[in-house]
Amino acid sequence: MSGQTIAEKILANHFLSGSDIKPDDIIIAKLDLVMSHIGTGKVVIDFRKIRPSKIRKVFDPNKIVVIFDHYNPAPSERWASVHDLIRNFVKKQGIKNFYDIKEGICHQVLPEKGHVRPGMLIVGGDSHTTTYGAFNAASCGLGNTDLFYSYVKGELWFRVPHTIRFRITGKLPPSVMSKDIIIKIAGDHTAEVATYKSIEFTGDTMENLSIASRMTMSNFALELGAKFAFGVPDQKVVDWVKERTTEPFELVKPDPDAIYEKTYEIDVSDLEPQISCPHTVDNVKPISEVAGTKINQAFLGSCTNGRLEDLEIAAKILEGKRIHNDVRMIVTPASQEIWIKAAKSGVSETLINAGAVITNPSCGACFGALGGMLAPSEKCISSSNRNFQGRMGSAAAEVYLGSPATVAASALKGEITDPRDL
Amino acid sequence: MKGNVIKYDEKNINTDLIIPARYLITSDPDYLAEHCMEDLDPDFNEKLKEMGATIMVGGMNFGCGSSREQAPIALKASGIKCIIAPSFARIFFRNCINIGLPIIEFKDFDELHTSDEIEIEFTEGILNNCSTKQKYKIMRMPPFIQEIIQSNGLVNFARKRIL
Repeated sequence: MSGQTIAEKILANHFLSGSDIKPDDIIIAKLDLVMSHIGTGKVVIDFRKIRPSKIRKVFDPNKIVVIFDHYNPAPSERWASVHDLIRNFVKKQGIKNFYDIKEGICHQVLPEKGHVRPGMLIVGGDSHTTTYGAFNAASCGLGNTDLFYSYVKGELWFRVPHTIRFRITGKLPPSVMSKDIIIKIAGDHTAEVATYKSIEFTGDTMENLSIASRMTMSNFALELGAKFAFGVPDQKVVDWVKERTTEPFELVKPDPDAIYEKTYEIDVSDLEPQISCPHTVDNVKPISEVAGTKINQAFLGSCTNGRLEDLEIAAKILEGKRIHNDVRMIVTPASQEIWIKAAKSGVSETLINAGAVITNPSCGACFGALGGMLAPSEKCISSSNRNFQGRMGSAAAEVYLGSPATVAASALKGEITDPRDL
Repeated sequence: MKGNVIKYDEKNINTDLIIPARYLITSDPDYLAEHCMEDLDPDFNEKLKEMGATIMVGGMNFGCGSSREQAPIALKASGIKCIIAPSFARIFFRNCINIGLPIIEFKDFDELHTSDEIEIEFTEGILNNCSTKQKYKIMRMPPFIQEIIQSNGLVNFARKRIL
């Protein structure tokens, strides 16, 4: 038998009917953790269909995390009622790992609170659940019905994915971030390069990236179609996770003779900042080709790039300066922990003094239903992960995706700006 | 299953296009259907009625983006009975199965056109384009996935079999 990739190893460890698996097999696997946010509301409604009512129990209340992040605080009576419905459900089911409106975005809060460990198989009711791959966990997003089934059974069917590998090498130039790498990959290899597939990011560039920067890559990998997206399984991951939990875990590393469907080589030594232009993530141009495009809004936040290092690089660029008069800048920290750290270190004050609006931690402007919406013909530079038509408000608005450094530089100048030029 | 085709050539038809977040205030299928595809084609629902179309053909990476199950729910409530594309985003693929909406990966995308009448035999794995008189092999789903679709979705399947 040949060696196994990370995805094959983790799925084999969770396969309910043995351990002999290969790509394309359809297997039923045991879940270590099920996460859901506002989609829990639909789960509650489906639960009512279970008869008799006394068997309406989740499989294991300790293996479920419920968190509010999309509509915090509730922007309408309708959402207030959904929150209410879910709070009651959580109480009734004895789900202790419940995070109400104050905590932040699921993909940041779950790792911070120690729920994510190497080797786990995690599903979540949100597409960007791939983020936990940065912590060596096999994790993917699901829709509400899969979520319901996972809540009840604690298991789910999976097609064992083929694995592709991106070997990333070279020293990143100053002001160029991991976001630029992943956008470059989207541009070069399209938004479906990883559809149904598991990704392993390797190479010395990956090893040198912070955990936060690796999370950006695993998060955005969903936009390439990925089922799982693993970062480097190394000591950095171990140290980060050990600070958050006392639960035991072991890193899962691929075998040297594991079979990869394809390996892509990327040298980032001369990489310039990259922009995903409207309206698809793979409509990518180097910043030199779009610099000068006037913007109305700059959004710094989201599960892709709302972490402390992202706020810090923006603060460094905006220190002692004012953003452009015609631009509104919205900053949404990804979690309360990040928000507190940014407040203590003076990063928040720098951003506020520069003219930014800082909101409470949430999904915020990224998904176009809470705040920071765009009017027709407006343009936004955003550190988030989707620039789809209609994503952030009007279908006639345009969203450009870039790194936090690019967002801050562009807010300063009122047009898309190369952060290396400042 | 037999029906007329409505085809969109675009690749990457994402879930925000199928149903934008501004309409996600409900899971009511009829409400979602009213706004289905409106940012890409405001006349989507009217066209379906006029043409009697029930089979949607789209470009590669169909259904990419958010995990919102309201996307396939909206299409199904609009009257779509089957979706065909060269490839699908994986969450959308699962969501369709889970709500009992048949979905077919079909590489010969250029062989299907708007208004074609096509017939699909799922158990045999055959797609028959009655308008061009061409027959194609399609992938047969594993039996338990066929059963989920036939049960009109995973919740019903689970109620019948497991709960």
